[in-house]
This record gives sequence, structure tokens and C-alpha cells, in this order.
Amino acid sequence: MSQSNAMPVRSSGLDGMLIGLICILGAFWSLMAAARGVDPQMVAHGWLMLAGFIAGLYMLVNAYSGHGRYEESGLYHDNVIKAGAIATIFWAIAGLLVGVVIALQLAFPDIFYFEQFGFLNFGRLRPLHTSAVIFAFGGNALIATSFYVVQRTSRARLAGGLWPWFVFWGYQFFILIAATGYLMGVTQGQEYAEPEWYADIWLTIVWVAYLGVFMGTLWKRKEPHIYVANWFFLAFIVTVAVLHLVNNLSIPINPFGSFSYSVFSGVQNALTQWWYGHNAVGFFLTAGFLGIMYYFIPKRVERPVYSYRLSIVHFWTLIFIYIWAGPHHLHYTALPEWAQTLGMTFSVMLWMPSWGGMINGLMTLSGAWDKLRTDPVVRMMVVSVAFYGMSTFEGPLMSIRAVNALSHYTDWTIGHVHSGALGWVGMISFGAIYCLVPWLWKKKGMWSRSLIEWHFWLSTLGILLYIAAMWPSGITQGLMWRAYNDLGFLEYSFIETVEAMHPYYVIRAVGGAMYLVGALLMAYNMFKTITGDVSETEDVVTPQPRAIPAE
Amino acid sequence: MADTNTKPTLHQKLFEKNSLILTLGIILTVSVGGVIEIAPLFYLNSTIEEVDGVRPYTPLELMGRQIYLREGCYNCHSQMIRPLRDEVERYGHYSLAAESMYDRPFQWGSKRTGPDLARVGGRYSDEWHRDHLINPQSVVPESIMPPYAFLADAALDYSNIQAHLRVNQFLGVPYSDEAVESARTDLEAQLDEFSSGYDDLVARYPGVQVRDFDGNAGEITEMDALIAYLQVLGTMVDFSTYEPEAAENQR
Repeated sequence: MSQSNAMPVRSSGLDGMLIGLICILGAFWSLMAAARGVDPQMVAHGWLMLAGFIAGLYMLVNAYSGHGRYEESGLYHDNVIKAGAIATIFWAIAGLLVGVVIALQLAFPDIFYFEQFGFLNFGRLRPLHTSAVIFAFGGNALIATSFYVVQRTSRARLAGGLWPWFVFWGYQFFILIAATGYLMGVTQGQEYAEPEWYADIWLTIVWVAYLGVFMGTLWKRKEPHIYVANWFFLAFIVTVAVLHLVNNLSIPINPFGSFSYSVFSGVQNALTQWWYGHNAVGFFLTAGFLGIMYYFIPKRVERPVYSYRLSIVHFWTLIFIYIWAGPHHLHYTALPEWAQTLGMTFSVMLWMPSWGGMINGLMTLSGAWDKLRTDPVVRMMVVSVAFYGMSTFEGPLMSIRAVNALSHYTDWTIGHVHSGALGWVGMISFGAIYCLVPWLWKKKGMWSRSLIEWHFWLSTLGILLYIAAMWPSGITQGLMWRAYNDLGFLEYSFIETVEAMHPYYVIRAVGGAMYLVGALLMAYNMFKTITGDVSETEDVVTPQPRAIPAE
Repeated sequence: MADTNTKPTLHQKLFEKNSLILTLGIILTVSVGGVIEIAPLFYLNSTIEEVDGVRPYTPLELMGRQIYLREGCYNCHSQMIRPLRDEVERYGHYSLAAESMYDRPFQWGSKRTGPDLARVGGRYSDEWHRDHLINPQSVVPESIMPPYAFLADAALDYSNIQAHLRVNQFLGVPYSDEAVESARTDLEAQLDEFSSGYDDLVARYPGVQVRDFDGNAGEITEMDALIAYLQVLGTMVDFSTYEPEAAENQR
């Protein structure tokens, strides 16, 4: 590597040696699994992982042999973030596409199920969709943006030499193992925690490296204080590690078997799972993306964060209260009632710190509200924060036991999740990537401003169609389940309630497809921006001169 | 950020200057809720009442459960009947904690795109299940469930059945050593009421349903295992004798 003199000097080769060791050990285990796997899925995964580790070794050799693709000159390490931005949009399209497919399966089962291809049934594709959007799309957005933000707000280069690349490729590798596993039927059978034990161990290794890179960069910082966005990123990384480790405790049937048994069973398993599941929402999909909000909104609108005090208060209360909220997924179940009540109480309280974050994000636009009109990227991020506010109001409402009795098990939950995932997580990520692409590739702006406008309107209207279909669908089905006729019998058979869902499922698929088309436009826009000459276009209308209020 | 010209606050001095203290603060803050809420479930006797009739799954049922997990049935079917009037009338007695005490992982579910399955056992005949799994629309025309015809042709791979039971035994599921040893014969015996292993199987798993589940006596298929699992769901506790108000169920 460091042939060119602009290259940063490598202090030691320890990073490369350790990564090499991990790849060699991994390749050895994979070969054993391929040879001695006790089930066909393990054998297939053994070969796949062997290929992955060999590819890792190849990249490592490449990094040392002087091509210099992995290190760059300059204060910051940005190439890994460029890769992350591309991976984010790639996985967004993959995850959204699977989402549209499974939405169509529910709307038109005659057309979208194939007797010959059982592995494409809803039950296997749905985890593929949730994992692809949450962990692949969301996770890549978080890793890329956190690497960008921690460098800028610390005025320090990413720590760890090649480790950031290990985090990036290791994470893609995890996604690949998990996704191929779902199609082959390898699953732990717990929502959002489907990857099996060996994928979990691999993710743990990657995550420790991620924490190391992030904290190492903080230690090198030249700024006296740790910026607020980094508190949220740190809380996200640390807490997700704790959740992942506890909820995935399991014992495989064989060191080379693809199936494991959870150390928890029944009630305890249910509570640990939803403690994990709800905090995957709280720390992966909320805290992490609040970190994005706290950097990209102030940066884009060139205004300071609205309230420093509010950010402290809402940070600590948010992470304290979120952890308790899990049992609201288990109302009226065999979970002891005191735990359900605690979960409900804290879920309702959670409304306040959530809106603290929303207010801090929205009010950062004070003095720059005109940007809503001139800059579609700002509009996208502001609508995202508005959806955050809406779904964090809806969540506490649904956690109230009486409401939950109606909403649970219905599409209302699905609608709620998507107003958070498509509205908040999706749009804040798109906004951040629209900021990042010109910054990283040193362009004046995005290639086409009108494509951003199209993306904004397609996705906003798509979400509205989606949630406007799922609310009535969920409430209708919930009410039909509990409807009685004059003689005191249940009014509807279950299948009648399924039949009633058809129009809503069609509308939902249309809304999802619109959101997917928006993401495709974004990918095209990114491609043209990165490869093309954007000196003639601008994604922001030139701002008018404005009076800056005195502080 | 505001307040920069005033004296640094405690937050600035402590958490914003030391990433390790910030990390520790985060870990402590997020631990409180988990410890107070989750830990008691592991030692409070009242979490799971002891109920007569709940037994570990037979090897065949356990393999059927693997198919249920593999196909992701939990994405559309819950296994948790809430104590609400309409649910009890539609699905049967509300679910007890004890009924899922050997479930690893639990399969309570979160969505009912299809009906709850906690007490589907005995509701329908084996033939109905077979027809329904092969082509759901053949018995329920409006159904939006995908077809699982391939299960009828797929030979059940139970070569690791002993390892499955042994791990469960290690985790505290009361499988005896003999149960682990004879897992293979027990699995085969559950499909044939005239087999030599019948008496041992029934002794080990009281109330076990023994018959050829998929109507294809020549082969042990994934369909056999899945139907055996579906037919045992919710049937272990005899609710004609279960007394929710009895002292031993109030602990």
C-alpha cells in the first residue's frame, strides 16, 4: 500500500494480520461445515461462507499489494462511506422489491404463488423483506452515516486502518448468509432475529469491530466535546450489541448443524424476544436514525440544533424508557400481568422523549423554513421527522391494553410499522444519502433536482396509500373478529374477515410499488451524479438573501 | 450548540468528554428496565403454573415443529389465545403459560393473516390438513395461504433427531435418557400403531396420537411430521378437568 506519499502512514500491520486470521479461521470452519455439515443447508452455507472468507483474504492481499483502493489521502477515510452509500440504496431496492412481492402475494395469491417454488412462499420471503429493509438497508445507512458523522464531528480520521472495511464487507457477508438462509429455511423462528447461531456469531464479531472503530475515532477526536449525534450512534451500537447477545443465546444441535435451540422457552422466550424486538425499533430504527437527524438536518439547513438542553433530556429519557416498552407486544397473553402493565406504562411515557426529538429536529429549521420550498432534500427529511412524530404518537396509543385488544394481530400493526419504517427511517436515510453523494464524490449537487422532487412525492404518496389502507384494514378485521349477531353468536367466520381485506391489500401493494419506484429514481440519480458531470445542474434553488437573527 | 460561553455543565464535563463514561452511562441506563422487568420471570413461581398433561413433544412432533419454523408459519399464524370473549369462543380456552413451556422458540406470533393455531389440534381431520396444505383453496376457496404441496413428496430428514432431543434435554426439557436413545424408533412408531415400539412410545408420551398422518404409509414425509405437530397443538391439557380457580393454579 503506502507507495504514494500522500497515503497516511500505517503504524502497524496488526489490523491486517488480525483480519487475515479471522478470515483463515472462518475459512477453516466453513470448509469443515461444508464437509461435515449434518444437514444440506449447513453444507450449502459452508461452501458459501468458504467463498466469502476467500474473497475476504483476496481483498486483504489486494489492500496490501499497493492498489490503494482501500486507503486514500486526505484527512478523512471516505471510500468506505462511498461503498456504504451505494450498498444502502442497493439493499433498499432489494428489500422494497421483496416487500412489494409479498404484498402482491397477499393481494393476488392465485398469481404470485408457485407450487414448484415453495421457497418463494410468503413465510420465507417475509423475513427476507424485514431483514433486508431493517438490517441491510437501515444497517448500511447507519454504518455509512455514522462513519461520516463521527469523522466530521471529531475532526479525526476513522480509527483502525482496515477495520472499517472489515465492518463494511463483514456486514454485507452477514446479510448474504442471513438472506440465503431464509430462502433455504434456516431460521430461528423469532421475528427480526431469524438468522441462525453461526450468522449471529459472525455479526457479533463485525459489531465489536464496528464499536471499536467508532470509539477509536472518538478517542482520536480533536474536538473537546462529543457531538450529540454521536451519543445516539453510540447508544445504538452498544445497546444493539447487548440485545443481540442476550436474545440469540442458543445451543446448536451440532457444531456443524444449521439449527439451534433457544436457551429460553415459552414465556421467558417471549419476553426476551420482545425486549429485543421492541428495542431493535428503539435503538436500531430510532436512536441510530436520530443520530442521522442530528447531523444532517442542521448541516443541510445551516442552522444549529434547536435546543442543546432538550437534546440531553430527551437522549437519556429516551434510552431509559425505551427498554421497558417490550411487553406491550404481549398484552393479554400468558405473560404475567404486572409485566404487561409496566410495558404499557413506559410505552405511554415514551411519547414525551420521542416528541422531544421530533421538536428538536423540526425546530432546527427555525429561520430556514423557506428551505422547505426550495430544497426537496430538506423537505424529505422534515417529512421524515413528521412521520417519526406521528408513529411515536401512534405507538403509545396502540400500547394501551384496551386499544391493543383491537389492534393486535391485525394490519394496524403493519401500518404503524410502515409509517415508521417508510416514513421515518426510509426518508431520513434517503435525505442523508442525497446530502452525502455530492459531498463524497465532490460534486456541486445531485444530477437532477426534479428526480428528487419525483422521489419525494412518489414516496410520500406511496406511504399515505400504504397506511391509509392498513388502518381501515386492521380496524375492520379487528372489529369483525369481535362482532356478534343478534342471537349472540360470532357474526363472521375467520375467512370472511380475510376476504374483506382484499381491496386494502391491493391499495397497499400500489403504495409500496410507488415507494419502490421512488427508490429506483434515486438510484438512477445517484448513478448519474457519481459518473456524470453535474456542473450544470443544481439540486437546490439558490437561496435568497436572508436576515440572520442575532443569537 | 448554545451555552458555550457559560460554565461547562456536568453533562459536558462528564459524558461529553469521556466516551467510556458515556458508554458506561448508556449501558447502566438501558440495563435498569431489562433487569427489573425480565429477571423476575426466571425465578417467580407464578410465571408458569404447573398444569397436568403438558408433556414434551414426541420426536415426530418436534420434527413437525421444525417444518413449521422453517416455512415461517409464525409470520401469519399466532399460537396465543387471549382471554377475550370472542377469541375464547372462536378458538377455545385461552392459552396457559404452561402450554408453551417446552417451546424453543416460542411461537405466539404477532399477526393473524390466518387464524390462531394454538388449539388447532383435533379440529380438523388429517385428510383435511393434507388437502389444505397441498392446495389451501381446495378446501377454503377464499384462502390467501400459499400451497405446500412439496411437503407431501419430501422425505423427512430425521437423521439428527437424537441430537435435537439431547439439546432439549440439556436445556431442561424432561426427556429421559431412554427417550433420547430411542428417538428414532419413537419417531417411526408414531406413524404405525402396530409397530413394536408402540407401547414404549405411549408410555413415554402419554396421550400421543399414533397413526399415519399423511395417508401415505410407505414413506415418512415432512407432511407426516407437520400434521402430527398441528394435531397435538393445544390438546395436551384436558380443560374438562382444569380448574383455573384451584389453589395450585393460582400460584
